[in-house]
Amino acid sequence: MSILRSLASRDRVFDFLVPVESPVDVRHGPILYLEDVTVSFDGFKAINDLNLTIDDGELRCIIGPNGAGKTTMMDIITGKTRPDSGQVWFGSRHDLLTMNEPEIASLGIGRKFQKPTVFEALTVFENLELAMAADKRILPTLTARINGEIRDRIDEILEIIGLKPLHARPAGILSHGQKQWLEIGMLLMQRPRLLLVDEPVAGMTEQEMERTAELLTGLAGKQSVVVVEHDMGFVRSIARKVTVLHQGSVLAEGSMDQVSSDPRVIEVYLGAEAEEETL
Amino acid sequence: MDSSRLWLLRPFGERSTLIFLGVLLAAMTLVTLLHVAVPPGHPLYVSAYTVNLSGKYLSYALLAVAVDLVWGYLGILSLGHGAFFALGGYAMGMYLMRQIGDRGVYGHPELPDFMVFLNWDSLPWYWYGFDMAWFAFLMVLLVPGALALVFGFLAFRSRVTGVYLSIITQALTFALMLAFFRNEMGFGGNNGLTDFREILGFNLRSSETRLGLFLATGVALALGYVLCRAIVTSKLGRVCVATRDAEARTRFLGYRVERFQLFVFTVSAMLAGLAGALYVPQVGIINPSEFSPLFSIEIVLWVALGGRATLYGAVIGAILVNYAKTVFTGAMPDAWLFALGGLFVLVTVFLPKGVAGLLALRLRRRRDGDGSFSGKEASA
Repeated sequence: MSILRSLASRDRVFDFLVPVESPVDVRHGPILYLEDVTVSFDGFKAINDLNLTIDDGELRCIIGPNGAGKTTMMDIITGKTRPDSGQVWFGSRHDLLTMNEPEIASLGIGRKFQKPTVFEALTVFENLELAMAADKRILPTLTARINGEIRDRIDEILEIIGLKPLHARPAGILSHGQKQWLEIGMLLMQRPRLLLVDEPVAGMTEQEMERTAELLTGLAGKQSVVVVEHDMGFVRSIARKVTVLHQGSVLAEGSMDQVSSDPRVIEVYLGAEAEEETL
Repeated sequence: MDSSRLWLLRPFGERSTLIFLGVLLAAMTLVTLLHVAVPPGHPLYVSAYTVNLSGKYLSYALLAVAVDLVWGYLGILSLGHGAFFALGGYAMGMYLMRQIGDRGVYGHPELPDFMVFLNWDSLPWYWYGFDMAWFAFLMVLLVPGALALVFGFLAFRSRVTGVYLSIITQALTFALMLAFFRNEMGFGGNNGLTDFREILGFNLRSSETRLGLFLATGVALALGYVLCRAIVTSKLGRVCVATRDAEARTRFLGYRVERFQLFVFTVSAMLAGLAGALYVPQVGIINPSEFSPLFSIEIVLWVALGGRATLYGAVIGAILVNYAKTVFTGAMPDAWLFALGGLFVLVTVFLPKGVAGLLALRLRRRRDGDGSFSGKEASA
């Protein structure tokens, strides 16, 4: 009885009643930290002793030939794939290997897939509204209203992704590039700390690529951005730091000029392109 | 509290809803006036038969709205909504049976005629309470709602969607039809429930009661329409459309899609039940044929003809097709199914968005003629 009474008294707060506040701890610099990560599928080592550190606010490009493990790496970070060994930390407080996909997503890691999927029948504005971090149960959703705060937030994102003039148009009429931007905007609505962007400029026109480069470089600083990309021209135009993956581990890391003059990189990846250019 | 009430009032701010309610109100007033104020024999006189028929059309229209809510906005093609309609109808039928009292053919004070005929000596437990109007009217909503809740929970949790769900809903209504055909079920078997006399103390055969039922159905349609409109214009409605077009993506945004599906499916089933309950006293009978899979498919045809995902299109479709059915089955009974099939082919080929799509196109053309901004934008 006395336990019940002490539980009911309001002047004491038990530890388990205190809401777990878990801001991402980036005081030590890195926001994402992968150490000795290995994962194999049927004996094939897709990721082999991978070490990677992303600093808070950094824009990092990851390149590598097909099968280098880029997508698998993204899958590990977002919790879709579990590594056989190694450590994955988000900030210095969150061990991502102990968390599932929704938990990781709510922690602030947003992932943009290669193929854009926006809701074509809804307007650009409504797409962003649905993506917003909010109470997503049935009744709060039914009674939800768009207040000034929400409108401001959506306007802000519309400004960033450059779709403000099209906000009332259905997303179905957008061009491929605009859909990609909208999708990035939908990720931004969830206020992510780290954005994982998979091949953002595949199938884009030259102008759209330029615009995307502006968008991604503009995002860096406010949040960390990791871009996986094949298009070397695009990588050259945005990257301050490039990581080259090969056979599941880091082959080289540094500025674009550094890595593109690295003989090993030229051999495994840039070589093919250099040959094409000389042809 | 304020915001939770506001979502229900939101449709009243839309022009399309006001137009719909206006047209409905005008139609109800016109029928009432022409029935009451014009002497019989006058060419403009609306007979009690026509009033009754119109009431029947309106209950079908409410049913079509319920189907459009799940099909048009959620992408769930239910081919078994007739089951919810019929269950609502049976709940109402049971109440009307109990109102007969001892005036049945066999004069039993408590048992309906068919039970006396089957030599039953007492009322089955599930008939208890149906002598009370409030209980029966509650069951009109709760029984279809409960069935939809259980059925939907199992189906959506297992992520059964698309054509598989359509087939299961067909199976559901077919199974219920077979069950209700059995005399042992206690719902009158093959003959169903009929010989109704009174509803809430009003004589069902009098033209005043029929007019009242017609008006009540009109009001129910208006309320159902506003409720559905409030749902589809809310954020929840946008989640539904998102689910319809890209279910996995919606789930990825953090919405528990199956719960949204279950919620809307259950609301729709309850509306269908209400439609059935209003239908039964106007036609005077409910039997297992309402459970027939064919009827459920026909409802979908009304919605398709009228235009999916507009709600008012469903109303237009239901009234149009059923009016045509009345005319055709009177003039050329054998040709009706051909006419229905032909109509469906024509609409799918020439009016993929149904009659409502045609109306919207007309409106846009007229605006284009004005050279307004939206016109230019649309052509760009």
